[in-house]
Amino acid sequence: MILLPCAWCGPRDAAEFHHVGEAVPRPDPRTATPAQWRAYLYLRANPCGWTVETWYHRMGCRRYVTIERHTETNEIRTATVAGAAGPAEAAG
Amino acid sequence: MSAGGAARGGGPGPGAAPMRLSPQPGEVIDRSAELSFRWNGRPYPAYQGDTIISALAAAGERVFSRSLKYHRPRGLLTACFHDPGCMVQVGDEPNVRGAHRLVSDGMTVSSQNTWPSLRLDAKGVNRLAGRFLTAGFYYKTFMRPRALWPAYEAVLRRFVNAGSVSPDTAPGRQEKRYAHPDVLVTGGGPAGMAAAVAAARAGASVLLVEEEHRLGGHLRWGGEADLAALGELAARVAAEPGIEVLTNAVTLGRYDGNWIAVLDRGAGDAGAAAERLVKARAKTLVVAPGLIERPYVFSGNDLPGVMLSTAVRRLISLYAVKPGERAVVLTANADGDAAVADLKRAGVEVAAVQDARLGGDVIAAHGRNGVRAVELADGTKISCDLLVTAAGWTAPTALLNAAGNRPVYCPRAARFLPDMASLPGDVLVTGGIAGDGGLAELTQHAAATGAEAARRAGRIRRARWLAGPAGTPRTAAAGHGAEPPPIPVPDLPVDPHPELFAARSNEGMVDFSEDVSATDLLSAVAEGYDSVELAKRYTTATMGPLQGKLETVNAVAIVAAATGRSIAETGTTTWRPPYAPVTLGALAGQAHEPVRYSPMQPWHEAHGAVPLLAGAWIRPDGYGDPAAEARNVRERVGIIDVTPIGKLDLRGPDVPRLLNLLYVNKWSKLGIGRVRYGVMCAEDGVVLDDGVTGRLGEEHYLMSTTSSGAATIWEWAENWLQTEHPDWRVHVTPVTTAYASMNVAGPRSRSLIERVTEGVDLSNEAFPYMHVRTGRIAGVDDCVLWRIGFTGELSYELHVPAGFGLHVWQTLLERGADLGAAPFGVEAQRILRLEKGHLIVGQDTDGLTKAFSAGLDWAIKLDKEDFAGQPELAWQLAGGVGERLVGVQPVDGSVLPAEASQIIDGGRIAGRITSSRMSPALGRSICLALVDARLAEPGTSLTIRLPSGQQVRALVTPHLAHVDPDGGRMRV
Repeated sequence: MILLPCAWCGPRDAAEFHHVGEAVPRPDPRTATPAQWRAYLYLRANPCGWTVETWYHRMGCRRYVTIERHTETNEIRTATVAGAAGPAEAAG
Repeated sequence: MSAGGAARGGGPGPGAAPMRLSPQPGEVIDRSAELSFRWNGRPYPAYQGDTIISALAAAGERVFSRSLKYHRPRGLLTACFHDPGCMVQVGDEPNVRGAHRLVSDGMTVSSQNTWPSLRLDAKGVNRLAGRFLTAGFYYKTFMRPRALWPAYEAVLRRFVNAGSVSPDTAPGRQEKRYAHPDVLVTGGGPAGMAAAVAAARAGASVLLVEEEHRLGGHLRWGGEADLAALGELAARVAAEPGIEVLTNAVTLGRYDGNWIAVLDRGAGDAGAAAERLVKARAKTLVVAPGLIERPYVFSGNDLPGVMLSTAVRRLISLYAVKPGERAVVLTANADGDAAVADLKRAGVEVAAVQDARLGGDVIAAHGRNGVRAVELADGTKISCDLLVTAAGWTAPTALLNAAGNRPVYCPRAARFLPDMASLPGDVLVTGGIAGDGGLAELTQHAAATGAEAARRAGRIRRARWLAGPAGTPRTAAAGHGAEPPPIPVPDLPVDPHPELFAARSNEGMVDFSEDVSATDLLSAVAEGYDSVELAKRYTTATMGPLQGKLETVNAVAIVAAATGRSIAETGTTTWRPPYAPVTLGALAGQAHEPVRYSPMQPWHEAHGAVPLLAGAWIRPDGYGDPAAEARNVRERVGIIDVTPIGKLDLRGPDVPRLLNLLYVNKWSKLGIGRVRYGVMCAEDGVVLDDGVTGRLGEEHYLMSTTSSGAATIWEWAENWLQTEHPDWRVHVTPVTTAYASMNVAGPRSRSLIERVTEGVDLSNEAFPYMHVRTGRIAGVDDCVLWRIGFTGELSYELHVPAGFGLHVWQTLLERGADLGAAPFGVEAQRILRLEKGHLIVGQDTDGLTKAFSAGLDWAIKLDKEDFAGQPELAWQLAGGVGERLVGVQPVDGSVLPAEASQIIDGGRIAGRITSSRMSPALGRSICLALVDARLAEPGTSLTIRLPSGQQVRALVTPHLAHVDPDGGRMRV
């Protein structure tokens, strides 16, 4: 059970969070092609390595947190409040 | 009576303890507390502190179980929890580790897997049928003919090595515990104790976990110096308030972030089975489990009377039990030499000592129900009833494996050692698992390790403190001193030890629990399963109740020798959690299922409501006659408790933008006091939820969601606001349970509402359909009145502050008695809404139903700037809708097609009935159905296949609504 550094609450047990999944940018709905939109809906890189993902601190502050996590070691590099500019976005 | 001169009575039997020795210096039994228990129906004596098996051994018993496949007699081997031959049934509890579980007075114990009795075991014929039970027999035998498998299974079932559980046993009460120690030390031997003391003295909070009933490890069965050292260490542990000791508790596994599962077996009363799972989040973990003594593989090595050196030392020193009368000892180390001394002290005649360091060996034990003679390498046979082996050690690396560490084989020590270079920073190792050395060296190493564990825990604590929570400026200096430097941990020496695994005969048991012999492993290799992982699975070696603790290294060594590779090249199998067996009850813990109910629930219960479990809610399904309840709504006035309806309070200038984004329809021009029905789609265009939202003020809206969607939609709204539009100014507050909600429906509902409402003009002109007002109801302020109509009747939905829910409910029924006001339940509401053709998300739609298929064309505004699912809906419209929700009526109105009945067209499934009821208003069956779009035209004739297979004809109706399609009844 990994500890997630919630950007608001500090390190908390992963059981408090809902794992939303890989952070995938939403295409512009007015110009997206079906292929682009369905890639946004269904396709995930699922890398063995660093990935940027969204977690929802459901049993805590109820904030969406963007976390940069290594899927093999569970090491966490950055954690930012979702929607805020931060290193995670720069990395993504 | 001399030390070993216990009286030898008339043989083993009830009441006598002929093998009990005079008091021993380190014994853990309390001779002043005499107990009695039953073994296979006969009474036996015991002392407080005896294990089941030590008491039986004191009484002279030597056979405690029969083996899995061949039903060979089995006795004591290790005299600890992990003793393969000592699993017994205690009362209703099967698979009890008899060499660990303490006797309690009056306990009823029986042997398992024996029929008709332990002494006369009919299934021993398996020994003769051994050729059917060779390596891989699971995969070879009983496979053909396939049809006979049930018969084979029934026979094999009788041979399964397990006890029995009565279905009448009452469920136990299980609890869990959470712990947050700075340092968790697993293993309460001298190293673990020294590490715990050092960590505590460095300021850490410590949880010290010991699998046995007392701290001390091997010191407990040592000599005077060992016992003195144990006394001193135990006093130091007891003197540290920062150490919590859990004995009779075992560490099951280590997970990410040092999340450590500890099974506390001592949580219940002595002798009881209550286990408690402790979930410990330790900052650092010190692994100090010591070493497990390894059996030696030779012909007859599983006979009762063949014991490990630690087993005889435990028997003699802890329980004052004489393990036999005449012994042969094979020793490869100092512990074997010490066992020889202990045996002599206990009065056992030591007939021969074979020293493996000098080339000594044994190749066979002979006997039928116990050892009668031992055969040496030169063919000499020595008559004896006890063969003691001290052949080497296995490092229990389970927790290290779980931490990603791959132990490496050290030929010099003849065992695996941790790979110290690749340990994670929050896992430390000390004690026998890490190396050898005298007591002083081990405790020094442990003390340094414990202090370093405390230092690293402090560093982790500091880092977590700095990490949050947000909003508090924190600096490394605040509240914490400078970080102390690392504490040097000395290296432990590694002593030479003979590599002793299997005698030259290539016979003997490798896995005692699974009855896998060296011969089986050799045949597996010969058949091509020459990797240890394959041979393990093919023979099931290491896969029994002991999970490799005794047998892994021997299995590896035999496979290595058979394949001509070294042990290091062959590698070892991975130990996975749980390290020791755990009951499902301990893992499950207490049920904490929350149940929600409305403030009106006491009234419902008092008035005969039939309860309906809907998600987390309990609500009335009805009050006895749903059809009558529905008719009362159509003709007079009914009241339903709709408190579970999801309610979100939305405030801020950007609420309309949020509504436009979440719903498929338009919200920009919703005036104050107006209400609109809305449908939400997910980004794939599939219908997610529906409900009404009303505007209460300039920047104040109240959204309702489906009862089951309340939590989801809150999260959904937050997701959009936080991740896509953090600049929008909207506050979302869930108020579902802040209000009690009730719907007052029927032609007389206005008359009823007028009697209880103050400050709201209820006339149709002032408060028309799809409007919302706030006011005072039954004397209660701040109530919300909605004129909406799920039932299709004139109706008012009331949201009243929850604390007044019951009061308002009762007032409505009292004041409306002369109007015919009566409660109705969920079933009546479902009938009414089906008559009206209102869909239920999740009932009339599924996980693939996009909004156009649900017949919501009128609501979908594709010209909006953006809303969830918009592109998919545009493409659905362009590409053809696929399926459509339609109203359906069977031609024969007395036929009620069950929900999910298929609609058949040209021999293929072309849709299904999603809802169906008998309509009290129409006196016939009515349905909603999802059908292929080509069958959706009104008047289309459909074929419905009932679950019975019978086919009936039905027609698509002009509207979804079966009753009042124009909606006139709602607008009066």
